Formats: sequence, structure tokens, C-alpha cells
Amino acid sequence: MKELLENDRDFYGQEWNEVEKPSTYLDSNELILNMGPQHPSTHGVLRVILKLDGEKVLGTECVIGYLHRGVEKIGEHRTYTQFAPYVDRMDYVAAISNGLGYCQAVETLINVEAPPRAQYIRTILTELQRIASHQVWLGTHALDIGAMTPLFYTFRDREEILKVFEKYCGARLTTHAFRIGGCQWELYEGFEKDVKKLCDFIEPKFAEYEELLTTNRIWVERTKGVGILNGDDCKALGVTGPLLRAAGVKWDLRKAQPYAAYSKMDFEIPTGENGDTYDRYMVRIKELYQSLKIIRQAVDNIPDGPIMAKVPKVLKPPVGEIYHSIEAPKGELGYFIVSDGSLQPYRMRIRPPSFVNLQALDKMVRGLLVADVVAVIGTLDIVLGEVDR
Amino acid sequence: MAAAPVASKPAVPASAAAPAKPAIPPKPAGPTPQPWDNEFIHRLKKVYGSGIREASTYLGQNYVVVDFSIVDEILSAYRDDEGFDYLVDLTAVHYPKREKAEFDVVYVLYSFAKNTRVRVKTQIADGATLPTAVDIWPTADWLEREVFDMFGIRFEGHPDMKRILLPDGWVGHPLRKEYSILQQDKEWVQINLGIPPSGIESGQ
Amino acid sequence: MLNQLTGYLSNQTETPGAAGNYVWALIYILIVFAGVSFFVMLMNWVERKALAHFQIRLGPMRVGPHGLLQPIADAVKLLTKEDIIPDGADKAIFWMAPVWVVLTGFTTLIVVPFGPTQAVTDMNIGILFMLGVSSLGVLGIIMAGWASNSHYPLMGSLRSSAQMVSYEVAMGLAIVSAIMMTSFTSGWDGAGTLSMVKIVEAQRIQGTWFVFKFFPLGFIAFAIFAVAMIAETNRAPFDLPEAESELVAGFHTEYSGLRWSLFMLAEYAGMFAVSSIAATLWLGGWLRPFPNWLAGSRWDLTFSLVPGILVILVGVAAFYNAVRMPKHPALRPQTIGLWALGVAIVMIGAMMLAPAVRVRIVDASWFVMKVGFFMYLYIWYRATFPRYRFDQLMKVGWKVLLPLALGVLVVTGVIGLAPELKDWLLKGAR
Repeated sequence: MKELLENDRDFYGQEWNEVEKPSTYLDSNELILNMGPQHPSTHGVLRVILKLDGEKVLGTECVIGYLHRGVEKIGEHRTYTQFAPYVDRMDYVAAISNGLGYCQAVETLINVEAPPRAQYIRTILTELQRIASHQVWLGTHALDIGAMTPLFYTFRDREEILKVFEKYCGARLTTHAFRIGGCQWELYEGFEKDVKKLCDFIEPKFAEYEELLTTNRIWVERTKGVGILNGDDCKALGVTGPLLRAAGVKWDLRKAQPYAAYSKMDFEIPTGENGDTYDRYMVRIKELYQSLKIIRQAVDNIPDGPIMAKVPKVLKPPVGEIYHSIEAPKGELGYFIVSDGSLQPYRMRIRPPSFVNLQALDKMVRGLLVADVVAVIGTLDIVLGEVDR
Repeated sequence: MAAAPVASKPAVPASAAAPAKPAIPPKPAGPTPQPWDNEFIHRLKKVYGSGIREASTYLGQNYVVVDFSIVDEILSAYRDDEGFDYLVDLTAVHYPKREKAEFDVVYVLYSFAKNTRVRVKTQIADGATLPTAVDIWPTADWLEREVFDMFGIRFEGHPDMKRILLPDGWVGHPLRKEYSILQQDKEWVQINLGIPPSGIESGQ
Repeated sequence: MLNQLTGYLSNQTETPGAAGNYVWALIYILIVFAGVSFFVMLMNWVERKALAHFQIRLGPMRVGPHGLLQPIADAVKLLTKEDIIPDGADKAIFWMAPVWVVLTGFTTLIVVPFGPTQAVTDMNIGILFMLGVSSLGVLGIIMAGWASNSHYPLMGSLRSSAQMVSYEVAMGLAIVSAIMMTSFTSGWDGAGTLSMVKIVEAQRIQGTWFVFKFFPLGFIAFAIFAVAMIAETNRAPFDLPEAESELVAGFHTEYSGLRWSLFMLAEYAGMFAVSSIAATLWLGGWLRPFPNWLAGSRWDLTFSLVPGILVILVGVAAFYNAVRMPKHPALRPQTIGLWALGVAIVMIGAMMLAPAVRVRIVDASWFVMKVGFFMYLYIWYRATFPRYRFDQLMKVGWKVLLPLALGVLVVTGVIGLAPELKDWLLKGAR
């Protein structure tokens, strides 16, 4: 085995057994296994260096930054309006959420509120995006654990949601659907009918996904008790989103600090008990149903009125800084914007949920087997575009 | 030789005055930070006095500016006494023109029990270090690494202070204001990616 | 030699191997080899289409009508690929590993009985031979993993071999309980048999397939074997050694082109072999359904028509799809091909209905249909189930299947000895 390792050199000319030595341990009985950056199940360019004792994981080291595009630096050189499309490209699976967070953050900075009709449109589209994002998660997570069929089912059903996005704003993935101050596009003719038909179409599909996985003995054995992260650990590590809720903490920014039209919506926050992978799966499945509930309520009650607030064409927010965050499908997505009174932000900081959640990987996989590492990375629901920005 | 005829345009009478433009009304005053006080701030001010430089509210968001020498104690106090058990974000802002206090390091804290956020800010000079917040909230681990990566601010006591997003051998801290947006560590790029400083030639 | 050739078919009483007829044994070997290879290609197509249909998509549609020529395209691609050998690989063993698995995989097929006299040979230790030779195949997998000189294949091959060995124990015990059931045949004096042909004979004489014998005992043994055989062949849900998402491709990561296709060939041949064991031991081999309940020559006639009718139905399905082909000039070759295929299949089906042919092939057809049923189950499991983690896999093999198989064995034995046991007990009581 030593000969096998000695001949490998990593990308920067370091030897494998010298790579990234954390200060806590390095033992000669350990096997260092490198997963990625090109790997079928790391959900992007993520490199995970595992230190194994046989099949048991002693520790991990995540190497990120392969998708770092300098979005925060770019933010300092674009005007507020020009920066909005960049935001979609971070969590490219849930672009509308990113756009919502950004537009709301800038609206907070310039002390403007979007009109009610725009709030409802934003809510409907964001919840549709949440369903789409969770469908991507479910398909890829099931595929990592070995069930290849849910992937096709979820992606097929997600197509219907993307059709609605395309009809609304012209793009399926990186949508740039909202503008600072409201929405640019008025709802197209037949939007309500489309959304209602979509909801009726997609609800039995959720039951199909559950039928394949929820009571499947192999699925339950693979996910119960794997990657446990209890409530206190979550709070200490800053982990938010479905991971926090699966640990039993009933906290959702849509209820705690409501934004858009969520204060008028009636929905529940699903929680789990143990904080293991199975609970996270159940929490996200239940969130799918809750999102449908929100969409159905919202689409029946869209108020009339303007869709755009009065925002100056040349946007020069007053000097100051704010922090605003929303509940993205992956966790708390925050924007910390410092303005110096000029056209361009002085500092555009994005607090990505996946970045902070990924820190928890090390704690979650200690003592698990290699096959579980893949399951845990899947259950974290990370998108590398957001981790690296 | 003909004399050049004088321009036949009638001279504009100098006395013709353009109609007076209506006076532009002054812009309404934008929001300004308002001082913010509560019992906890009061207590802190009593203990640390001038260490708490400022406690204000801007657009409904509370923030406290503290001296860098006591920032770790303030953060511990926030966690232990006030129950701010979640470090939302840890970041920095670079003000190159501010002498001796170029960097603003910002900690955003949240309390689940109280459902409120507070920002704790501190100002440090270039080259100074701050104590790490990892022992207070483990969240700070990667967040501090990113601050180091992007700004060059070191945190003492951090278990693994090295770059996170950029490659290990990168020279330069991109989010500083003097780092141009088109700049990159050309040497690293040449060694590792094989792209010469002149750039990629077409056809490669 | 010419005597061996002529006259064999008209008065067949034994398999050629048992009769010492080497010429026909060789011919049968060629038929089996060609047939199983053709079957493997067909399985490749069926797997891709069935898996795709499970996943709401169509699968290959372009290469040939409905992708029927896709396996040929795959074969051509694999054969023309660059032969890559990793740098530090042990060349001799690297070359040997796929050859070894194909060798052992196909050798097991010489005792597979397609009919009472239609096997290459009928050893009196037939089933033991099959088990033994398929265990030898594990060596090929270990060789593949070791010779590749890389982490992933090594871990994959070690896991794979551990998995196969552990499930062989449960498989073996389930097989033994089926063998025990053969000894309950009246007229055999309590003698069981390991010969594949005689096992089916036993089911014929007892008038019931062993899966229904002493219900649910035979069924439990069958179920144990059905699960263990999936683990034996490294298929989902026990395909961790080949898991794409974890170890890239397990023990055959470093193999490309022809060598990889040999592994694939061996895998499908292994699936065929264990499915034929299951079909022979529990599903009555070449016997038609309901040998006892619906007995009689009229029922014999009806059931013997079934294979031919099924083939004609396949041909009709081909016609149906040919009619539904879009009328586009680019698709004309495919449409014509599909019509021609349909005609050919219907003709073959009609031939199969003709009395002379029917009598000869009815046994083999029923056997192949049963094996096909297992193949479909393999594909269905692959589409539906997630993968077992390795330690859970071993737990199922050792802590669930093994005790169950032992229990079935003991109960079968006790039931079988019941008359003697009764006599013995009463004798003591007198």
C-alpha cells in the first residue's frame, strides 16, 4: 500500500502523505483516500480527503474553492442593478431564492418595500423554486445511495416547474426573475391556471417518491442513524435549514422573521427528532407538501396593483450597511451590503448556507463508513456555486 | 482683396437672460444611525467604558462597535449572558483610507430565544491580529479562514489558519481595495496552469 | 466418429456427454456458447430498455429500430477501444483476470439442462460442479482488483470477494434443502441426487415443483436462494463493489475496451448460470407449469403451444411498433428492418408450433422462459432498490439468510424423515 501511495503526487506537487496535515492526527495505519474534485457524487467540484482506518472514517478535510469566481469582488465593481444576475449563479439550483434575498437586501438598504402584488408573485415563484430545488436534492441523493429511479422521476416533474419559470421570465435555471423594488414582469395570461394545474399534477408525484423510498427497508437502513447532528451542535456550527429542523429545532426564517408574503400564509414547519439522514429526508419531503400549501393559498389571493415600487433609476443608497437574510431551500442565505453612497456597493458579502453547512461534514462523518460519507454529503444539500462563490 | 464680411449673425444680446430655473428642493434627509441602548449595552458600557465605541441602530438593525482588544470578551458575553448562540456571519470590510484602522471586522450574531440579530464590529489596523472566535462558536472556523484568505487578517488561536477558497500558494488578498479586479497571481497561474503571463494565445 | 454424428438425434436417451458422444457434446458446447452469448447481447438491450422504461424514458432508439442493434454498436465500440493498462499494473495478472472470470462463468454452463437429454453433459455431481466452478470465479475478481494497482479497484475487489463468499454459504444451504427434497421421490429409496437432470426428474415424478413442495418450506428456500444469487452476481441491491457513486466502478475501474466487455460477459453469464440453478432446483427446470394438477395429454398439448404463441406475439408486437414508426425518410431503414424482424419472428414462432419442431424445443423453451423471468427480476430490482452498505450486506448474508437457511434445512430433513421417524418412535413405544 505504501508503494501505491508513494507514486501519487497531488496537483500541487505535494506527496499524498503530506497533504493537508491537520494538527490533530496522522498515523501510519491510516489510509488517505481522496474523493474528487471529479467524482460522481460530490455534487460539484468538491474535494474530500478522508482519513480511513480500514473502512471507518477517522476524519475528513474538505478542500473547496474550485468554483471560486470572485463574486464578492465583482459586486464591488458593478452597480446594484447590474449585480443581480450574478447572484443567480451562486446557488444555481435555486436561483430565484438568491434573487429574492438580494433584491430584498437592497430594498432594505434603500428603505423601500415592494408592493403587495409583487410580494405575492415573489412568494409563489420562490416556493416553486423550493420544490424544484428539493427535487434536485432528492434525485441526486437517492442516486448516491443507489436508487437510480427517483432521479428520473424528480427531474421529469421539475420540468413542469421550469416550464412555468420559462413562461414567466424566459429562463429556466438562472432566472433573474425579480428586480430591486418588485418584479419586472407582470404575470402572464393564464399564470394562475398553470400554477394550479401544476400543483394538482405534482402532488401525487410526491407520493410516488415516498412510495419508492420512505418505507423501503434498504433506504431506511442506509439513512437511519447516519450523520447525526443534534440541535446544539447545529446551533454551534451555524447549520441552518432542513438540517437544523431535522434536529428538532423548529426554526424557519419564514416564520421567525417573515418577509415577502409569508406572514399572510398558513403553513407548518416540519421537524425531525434525531437529526439523522432519514429525518432530513422526511423534513424535506414534508417541506415539499408545505410549499404546495403556500402556493395554493397565494395563487388564489394575488392582490391587484403595481408590481414595482418607486425606485430611482440611478440607485445610490445612502451610506450605511445592512444585513438581510432569507430562508433559502438550503438554509439561511444572508446578504451583508455596505454602501458608501455611490453607485456600486462598497462591500457585497454573501453568507452562503452551503458554506457554513459544509463545515459540519467533519463532525457528521466521524466513525461512519466510506459509503456513508457519500450519503452525508448528499444530505447536506450543498451546491458548490454557493460554497465557493 | 475683399474684406471678410463680418458675420451677419446678429449678436446675442448679453443682457438676454435665460429664464430662471425653478429651485431644486433639497433632498429629504436619508436615514441616519440612531443611538441604541438597552440594559446589556448599559452594563457593557459600565464595565468597558470607552471600549464600547458606539452602539447604534440603522434601518432597524442594531450594531455595536467595540475596541479590538476586548472583542473576544464582548463576544463571549454575548453568547453566555445574552444567549446569542448562533454566529451568523463573520466578515471584514477594507477601508484603506482610514489610518490605523483599515479593516472593519463584522460579527453578525443571532439569538434563537430572542429572535433578534446584533452586529458586533471592531476596527483593526493592517497587519494586526484578532483572537479567534472558534472557541466561542465553532462556526467561525471556515468563516475566519475566508477572512484571512480574502483580506489577510490573521486570527490567533485558530486551529488551521490557511487559505480556503484560493489555492494554498496564492500571493495576495483579493478583497483588499488595492487588489485590482483584473489582477491575479500570475506566477501561480503560470506554474500550475501553464498559462504564461501574456495570457492564453488563441489556438492553444 | 461418423457413427457418433449420425443417428444421435433420433434415439436420444441421454445427454451427449453422458453417452460418450464427443462430437455432439462439442456441437452442444458450441450451441450453448453461441446461445448464451446471443442471450447476453439480448439481455444488454433488454436491460437498457426495461431500465429506461422504469425511469420514464425510452432508452436506445436510434441504432436500429428501437435500439435493437445497440448491443452490436456497443460491441464494436468496445472492441475498437484503446487497450489501456495502468502504469504499475502487473501485466500478466491484469490480462488473466477477465479471462479467468469468463472461463469459470462459461464452464458452469455445461451441466445446465435445457431438457432431459439436452445438456452438454449430465454429471452426477452437477450442482456441486456448478457451485464449485462459480466459486473459482471469485479469484478472477481478486486478481482484477490487485493487478490494477490503484485504491478503488482494490477496495472493490476485496469487498466483492467477501460478499460472494458469504452469500455462497446461504446459497449452498438452500441448495442442500432442495437436494434433500429430491430424496423424497417414491421409487428412489430415499436417495437424493446432485445431478441436474435427475433433480428435474424428481420434480416430475413427485408431480410438483419444489418451490411449492411442503409449502411454504420450499418457497422459503427458493426465496433465500433468490436473494443470495443476486449478491453472488454483484447486482443491485448488492452491487456496492461496482457502485458508481462510491468507487467509480469497483474492481473493473481500470479495465477498458475488450477486457471490460469480458467482465460484462462474465457477469451476465453468471446471472444466467445462477438463474438456471434456481429454475432447475425450484421451478421445475424444463417442466411445464402444473404438471400434476392439469395433467393429461390435452393439457400437454396446450402448454406445448405456449412458447410458439409467445414468440408469435413478440412478432406481432414488432409489427405494432413498425406501424407506429414515424413516416420520415430518415427512418425508412429502421421501419423496413422492424417489419422484416417482425416477419422473421412470426415465421420462427410458426415453425415452433409445427409438431415436429414443437416436440423437440418445448423443454428448452420453458427453461429459457423461466430463466428470462429471473432476468427480468434482476432488472426490476436494479431500477427500484437503493444499494446496501457493505456491512449491512454482510449482516444480511450472515445473520439473516444463514440462520434461515439452516432452519429450512433442518425442518426439511425432519419432515422428510417423518414416516421413518414415526415408525421409529412407535417402535420404541410398543
